[in-house]
Amino acid sequence: MSGYVSDSRLERVLKAGHLGVTSECGPPRGSDPEDIKKKGLLIKEYVDAVNVTDNQTAMTRMSSLAACIHLKLLGIEPVLQMVTRDRNRVALQSDILGAASFDISNMLCLSGDHQSFGDCAQGQNVHDLDSMQLVQTVRHMRDEGKFLGGDTIKRPPRIFVGAAANPFADPFEIRVPRLAKKIACGAEFIQTQCIYNLDKFKEWMRRAADRGLTEKVFILAGMTPMKSVGMAKYMKNKVPGMDVPDEIIDRLAGVEKKKQAEEGINICVEHIQELKEVPGVAGFHIMAIEWEEKVPEIVERAGLFPRPDM
Amino acid sequence: MIIASKKPIEEIIQEITPYSRILILGCNECVTVCEAGGKKEVEVLASALRIFCLSKDIEKTIGEHTLERQCDHEYLEEIRNIVDDYDAIVSLACGVGVQFAAEKYLTMPLIPGVNTVCLGANEDRGLWTERCQACGSCVLARTGGICPVSRCAKRVLNGPCGGSTNGKCEISKDTDCAWQLIIDRLKALDKMEEYETVAPVKDWSTDRAGGPRTVTREDVKI
Amino acid sequence: MPDINTSEAAFEPRIIGFCCKFCAYAAADLAGSMRISYPASVKIIQVPCTGRIDMIHILKPIEDGADGVMIAGCLEGECHFLQGNLKARSRVEAVRRILAQIGMEPDRVAMFNLSSAMGPKFAEITAQMTDRIRQLGPSPVGEAGKKSRNAA
Repeated sequence: MSGYVSDSRLERVLKAGHLGVTSECGPPRGSDPEDIKKKGLLIKEYVDAVNVTDNQTAMTRMSSLAACIHLKLLGIEPVLQMVTRDRNRVALQSDILGAASFDISNMLCLSGDHQSFGDCAQGQNVHDLDSMQLVQTVRHMRDEGKFLGGDTIKRPPRIFVGAAANPFADPFEIRVPRLAKKIACGAEFIQTQCIYNLDKFKEWMRRAADRGLTEKVFILAGMTPMKSVGMAKYMKNKVPGMDVPDEIIDRLAGVEKKKQAEEGINICVEHIQELKEVPGVAGFHIMAIEWEEKVPEIVERAGLFPRPDM
Repeated sequence: MIIASKKPIEEIIQEITPYSRILILGCNECVTVCEAGGKKEVEVLASALRIFCLSKDIEKTIGEHTLERQCDHEYLEEIRNIVDDYDAIVSLACGVGVQFAAEKYLTMPLIPGVNTVCLGANEDRGLWTERCQACGSCVLARTGGICPVSRCAKRVLNGPCGGSTNGKCEISKDTDCAWQLIIDRLKALDKMEEYETVAPVKDWSTDRAGGPRTVTREDVKI
Repeated sequence: MPDINTSEAAFEPRIIGFCCKFCAYAAADLAGSMRISYPASVKIIQVPCTGRIDMIHILKPIEDGADGVMIAGCLEGECHFLQGNLKARSRVEAVRRILAQIGMEPDRVAMFNLSSAMGPKFAEITAQMTDRIRQLGPSPVGEAGKKSRNAA
């Protein structure tokens, strides 16, 4: 137990020097937990932990915390994603304790997409804290055992805390300083936005390594397989902060429509193989939203199966 | 200054339906500068309302007056003698003026004629943009003079968020990313090393969240 | 005897015509010296530039019962005061929007552009405006105005 900040399997895998593997599930737009349980069970043996998104793109869904609890009860290790858009510091700390009460031991701290993207564009947003301050808060609750207000927490949360990073967002020149900042705030693992431009990602990693940041944090490279050339074009043109090189588009366009999904998986696996060799890459975060059934294949073909015994 | 924009005339026409003697009350300061509620706008609104009433055979008297400000007792007193000629006031002042007038003339229905939008600057003729959210504890010294509270859609204090694209905010191509502006400014000021200083959790109790705010200066009180 | 109030043939539009000194008014003068006739329904008011006209100057005549208001200025790009006619156009559009919002026909207010050499054009635009207003009929304000004045 010493040397570990939580009961997290992900923490153990990463600290033992193995490449970590995480994936992602979105909770349903309703109160039936069956779907998320099914998705979780599908990928359980192939990943070290499963992220559960928090009202992603500001579309109202079952809460991340509730979905995490369902997974936890099935023996699947969740990563609670928490955005600062919808909750003030009282609610954030409260939900952290709620998660800890179920021994949910991983958290990813995010700002969250603006509510104008979602189904409640007329709603208020909160942003009492930003994502970096949320990381600080979790660390404070865990390591000092205190609430932000100063009072002592009975049974402080033991949570392995992470943050997101986007090597492709603007401006590029502050992407590594931003990473440094997140580490300074206490982030212990990083999951990046999905990577298609390997060169740019490698450049970012190189700069991070130069500053010694790769020694201080576990960086999990985000990977999302393309289902079709249409999806690739959409991601390139319509999704902010996404860098999709033309080679990917051309490669997908070069195969007939019904083979594009297979090609997308091929590209994903090839990329994982290539990035395994990059110093500082501590693992992979495979996001195959609504395509979770492909995660086992990707993990296997990338040589990351079976997951280590911890 | 306070930026406001004219309410649609249809809305004002609706609100004045029950009244027959209406005073359009303008303000010579902020709403004049943002061309929403000054003397000119009072004239135009009054004329438009009269045209409406005449064309629909509705009997109403529409009066016009513009005060220097509606947020000071002395100026609002100036209409004390004419107020009894009316049974409602459409105030084109910002929300502050409307309320202050309502407090002063307790039995007079007050109808706002503009929507108060924000605290901002006159960027160009016909263009006024938000600059301040009145959070009550200004951090501009740390951010190169650019406010992340009012100009960042998520008011992140350690930005930018992952949605910043080409210097624009994820919510709109027309909205600058405040943090891009801050970074540009820090670079221009040769203060980029400050970027990595983590801005601490903000005290929002001086903001709206803490309740209606008051400023006093004991030394000027009589 | 035909009822004056309801007979269309008897409706003589009363139109206020703001004309800028350097182009529209000069064109009006030229039309006069060329002996080209144009409708008497347009009462001409000279302004140094159409840019001098504010929204209130257009609304007031309508409030007082004018059936239409026309603003005639220099050709765009050739305003004697550079951009006065462009400002006038924005204001004319704004007044037309207000008229629509209060249930009046926006076409009662219109802007025209011509040069000082265009005598026949002046006659044409005034005839055009008069025709348009004749089609629209008397201003709803005018009638109410008349009624209330008679009642008093």
